[in-house]
This record gives sequence, structure tokens and C-alpha cells, in this order.
Amino acid sequence: MLHISTLHYLVLGAALFLLGVIGVLTRRNVVIVLMSIELILNAVNLNLVAFSRYWQGIHGPTALHGQVFAIFVITDAAAEAAVGLGILIAFFRNKETVNIDEVNLLKW
Amino acid sequence: MRWLIDYILEYLKSDLTPGGAGNLFWITVYILLVFVGLSVAVICMNWLERKILAHMQVRLGPMRVGPHGLLQPIADALKLLLKEDIMPAEADAVVFWVAPFIVVLAAFTVFVVVPFGPTHAITDMNIGILFMLGVSSLSVLGIVTAGWASNSHYPLIGALRSSAQMVSYEVAMGLAVISVILMTSLNAEGTGTLSMIGIVQAQQAQHTWFVFKFFPLGLIGFFIFAVAMVAETNRAPFDLPEAESELTAGFHTEYSGFRWSLFFLAEYSAMIAVSSIAVTLWLGGWLRPFPSFHGPEVAIPYFWPPADPSAPKGVLDLVFALFPGITFLFLGAMCFYNTARMPKHPLLKIQTIGLAGFGAVLALIGLILFVPPVRDRVGDIFWFAAKVAAFMYLYIWYRGTFPRYRFDQLMKVGWKILLPTGLVLLILTAGAGFLEDPVKEWLKHVL
Amino acid sequence: MIIGGILVITRKNAVHSAMALITTLLAQAGIYLMLYAPFVAGVQIILYAGGIMVLFLFVIMLISIERNMKERQFNKQWLVGIAAAAALGGLFIAVYTKGKSLFPEGRLNFDEAQNTQGVAALLYDQHQGMYMFSFEIASLLLLVAIIGAVVMAKKRI
Repeated sequence: MLHISTLHYLVLGAALFLLGVIGVLTRRNVVIVLMSIELILNAVNLNLVAFSRYWQGIHGPTALHGQVFAIFVITDAAAEAAVGLGILIAFFRNKETVNIDEVNLLKW
Repeated sequence: MRWLIDYILEYLKSDLTPGGAGNLFWITVYILLVFVGLSVAVICMNWLERKILAHMQVRLGPMRVGPHGLLQPIADALKLLLKEDIMPAEADAVVFWVAPFIVVLAAFTVFVVVPFGPTHAITDMNIGILFMLGVSSLSVLGIVTAGWASNSHYPLIGALRSSAQMVSYEVAMGLAVISVILMTSLNAEGTGTLSMIGIVQAQQAQHTWFVFKFFPLGLIGFFIFAVAMVAETNRAPFDLPEAESELTAGFHTEYSGFRWSLFFLAEYSAMIAVSSIAVTLWLGGWLRPFPSFHGPEVAIPYFWPPADPSAPKGVLDLVFALFPGITFLFLGAMCFYNTARMPKHPLLKIQTIGLAGFGAVLALIGLILFVPPVRDRVGDIFWFAAKVAAFMYLYIWYRGTFPRYRFDQLMKVGWKILLPTGLVLLILTAGAGFLEDPVKEWLKHVL
Repeated sequence: MIIGGILVITRKNAVHSAMALITTLLAQAGIYLMLYAPFVAGVQIILYAGGIMVLFLFVIMLISIERNMKERQFNKQWLVGIAAAAALGGLFIAVYTKGKSLFPEGRLNFDEAQNTQGVAALLYDQHQGMYMFSFEIASLLLLVAIIGAVVMAKKRI
């Protein structure tokens, strides 16, 4: 049975982060880009909670700083998703498309 | 055979839930029991709802299928299973197929932490109430995808309205729950608990059901949760998204046959789930009424006191322990009375015999529940089930009595009335909990 | 979870992407439970899977993107994007293989019943709590986000 160390969780977090980055950089649909940003935030959370477990092993059972930070990140992600989707709706009302390539009003 | 009985008795002596003990066999047994019990409860709810609504509207309800319509739910289930399974032409097949399963999954997973007794839960997570609130918010996802996948405008509008309503009332529910968890922390160590069994044990330790604590704060919290839970499960008077006269059955318009029965099952299971949350949090879970009054001790040979030496022995305990048996005997007596009232027609002979047989079965169960070993163990489950059954009756009563809320009135009640009341209640409960000990000291000085 | 992530970024239909993201989030909650963090798992299910994803599904349904599904779904610069991500992945692999010995596993089974108390102690306790200020700032941030979202999505101000 494989001994699951902190490194395994970090590698999983890194893989999710990469998937999120690929999603942000390559998709044309704004909603899917926003969902990839949520993936990135989740990967970060996974890293935080994995490190909190590692820190708990060193400093005793109440050293849960990583988990508290993860809760704050989840709250921030909710706020940012709400604002991002609000911007998306305002943009859609003007241009009738959800294609990122069409956001080029400031292009020279 | 002997080792099987020994194994069962050995397990029953432990004081952990199966999840806490990590015992895979008993976990599976409990899951099957809860699953079967839930299905039976939904079937009974179907019959009870039609009969009680009918009697409230001065008519008789289903009378034809079995004696007094007792076999009607089985006929309904057969019809739903044999109906043709329609899928709209442009609908998204995968999402259409998955949506009922999400709702059923969310409704059934809640029962993993529902406590029927001090050790009778499938498991007791230490974040029990958080888990229940979270999983019941997953059913919103199922409804939204069901409405979208049907690819027609009535279900879409119904789904969006229904999910907006459910999300709004989840906030009010959460606030009422938080005020209860505050009340659990008013013990000697100053730490509360989120686990469902811990909440009922806190009520036992504080000698009061939380609905009566800091009167009227507990009552207002209970009222907020009661209203929010009716709105959360899309039941009357908040059933605009699924009412036939408004939106032609809302988000489950395009579902027929077995898939519709899954939605139906999920709706009634969600009703039972939020009722059990309300019962656990406010009404003392499995505790009998007046749990801390024992009365003088009494002893009847071979019958009382119970075999377990740590169980309470008072007169009130004896009286309340007889309740399960008396309830089933009463139900059996009602069946026999109705058998006597049946018209004497040759075509009704089978129905009369059936009703008499049903009455005999109920009376037999009542007599079994008087036997001391069974009586001691079944008390917790009986009181829990009785309280949840009272809530089900209230649900049906609301459906028969109140007119429907319009959607903007619904949202106004959720955001502008229940949410501020919940916040004020939370602050007042915190204040009352903080002032409880100093006020008691002061009263002791004064009196 | 990886399969869910791959499905999120490759599906043409935005609703399918959203459902894949929901499964990813639920799997993430399971991993939090494996890391002995039940409170964070509960918060993840309530907020992320039960709140944010409902928001996403609402917006996807209100903006019917039927037309968009028939067009190309990947960017014109997808090759550059994948190259950048590959470079980042190479960086990750280099860091993790060099530093593999730094992270031994703490296999200590702490009493799970103390987890919520521990998180609350870090937030609220008089002697131990150090995150109270961040808590208040987070609530202010949520207020700003609510006002911003309402202003952005209104038809007339």
C-alpha cells in the first residue's frame, strides 16, 4: 500500500492547477474560463490544506492555519465568481456573444 | 445459529454508532434498514396525504383499491413503472438522464447522520448538521439541470423559480440552525457541538427541549425553521414552481413514468429529512416528553424495571414506555371499528377481510411492543418517528389550508422577513446565553 | 478529480463543463476528508458545490449560448497556451523532484472531534485567535462583491 505523503497531495494540486491554466489560456467561452479559474483556486486550496496537515504533525493538533486560510480562499472565490458573472452578464447584454475574442474594443 | 445471536447481542451492547465503530457489516445493515424504512414511509405518506386532504375537504379520498384505499400507493407505483418513458426531442440526453439521480442522491444521503437514538445512527460525524445542510443544498443543482435539460420554457422557468426559492430559504434555515448550535454551547465547558447526537445530548443535559429554551427565542427559531423548511422542499403554500394550475407542473413537466417517481420520492424524502433536522434540533430528537422528570420509583414483577441497571425506573418512565404499544393497539382498534362499519355487500367481502387482517397485524405489533426486551429498545426510535410523523401531518395540513404564495411575495418573505428575524434572533440568543449564568446568580441572591 | 478537471476544459457544452466541475468539487471535498479536515469539506460542499455552481448554472441558462456551441471552441493561440502550461509543468516537476525529501508525512491520527473547535479557536479565541481581522475584512469583501454584482447586472442604474 502506497504511503500517501504530503508530496502526493502537492502533485495532485499542481496537476489541477495546470489543467486550470490550460483552460484559462485556450478556451474561447468566457464562462468556461471562469470555471477554470475556480479549478485553479481549488488546486491552491488543496495545497493549503495538505500543508496544514503537515504543520499539524509538527506543531500539535490546533495548528490549523492552513484550513482557516482555505476557508477564506473559498469565500473569496465565491465573491469573485459573483462579480465575474455580473461583468459577464453586462458584457453579454452589449455584444450578444460570450466569445473572449470579441472583447477587443480597446484594441489599437 | 448460536454465534449469530451472540454476535447480534454483543453488538447491541456497544455504545458507538456503526460508523464510529467502523463495523462494515452493521453499517450495511443500517443503510438497508434506513432505505427500506424511508421507502415505506414515502408510500405511507402518499396514502396519508390523499386521505387526510380528502377528509379536510369533506370528501372520502381513495376508497376503491384496497379497504379504504390502503393499496392505492401500490397501484400508483405500478402505474408509474409501467408508463412510457418519454424524452423530448431536442433535450440533452445525458443531463436529462442524470438530473433525477442527483436529486434522489441529495435527498437520501442526508439520512446518513440522522439520529434515531443515542447509538442508532448510521454514523455520527462531528460536523453532522453542516453535512446535512450542505447535502440538501445539492438538490438545487438537480432541479436546475432538470429544468434546463427538458428544453422547453415551462420547465426552465419553473426550475429557475424553484431554485431561487430554495436558495433564499436556505439562508434563513442556516441562521435558525446557528442559533441552536449556540444553545448547545451553554454547558459547563463552554464548547458546543455540530454533531446531531451531540445536539440531542446537549438538550438532555440542559433538561429542556431547545424549542422551550429562553422562551420565546427557541420558539421563534423553531418557527423560522418550520417556515423555511416548507419553502425549501417546494411544498404548499410555497409550491408555485410545481403547481399544476400555474406552470403545468414546473420543472418535472417533461418527466414521465419512472423518472417522475424518482422526483416524487426525492421530494418526500427531503420532507422527511428536513423534518428530522427540525425534530433533532428543537424537539429533542429521541427524548420522550419531559425527559428529566422521573417520578417516584415503581416496580412491577417481570415487567418493570428494565433489565439495564442504568436505565431510569420512575413512574413517568413506565407511563411513557407504554406509549408505543398503546399506539399500535389504538391503530388496530380503529381498523376493527372500521371493519364493523363496512357495508354488508357480497362484493366487499374481500375488503372487509383484508381490513380485519390489517387490524390484526397492527394489534399484534402492539402486543409485541409490550414485551420488556423489545419495549426498552424501541422507545427512542418510536418517539423520533412519532415527532416526524407529527411534522408530516403538519405538512399535509398546510397543503389543505393555505393559499399559494405568489412568487414575489415568496421572495419578500424569505429575504425581508425571515432573514432579519433570524439575525435578530441570533443576537438575542447569544445575549441570553451570555447573561444566563449571571442572571441565575442574581436571582439566587434576591430570592 | 483529474478526469473531472479534464472534462471541464474540454467539453463544448457549457452545462456539461459545469457538471464536470461539480464532480471535481465533490471529489475535492472527499480529499479534504482524507486530510482530516472535515470542516473545510463541509464548507466546500455548501459554498462551492451548492452555491457557486448554482450561480454558474443560472448564468449559463440565462445566456443561451446555443449559437456559440456550434462554433470552434478552442482559441486561436491554443498552441502557445499549451506550451506555456507545459513550461509551468516542467517547473513543477523540477521543484517537486528536487525537494522530495522535505515533506515527511505526519501520520498522527488526531481526534477529529476537535477540528471545528480548533478552527474556531484560531478565528475567535482570545489568546489563540489571530484571524479575526481577516474575518471582518472578508465580510466587507463579500458586501462589496454583492453591491458590485447588483450594479453590474442591473439594466438601469
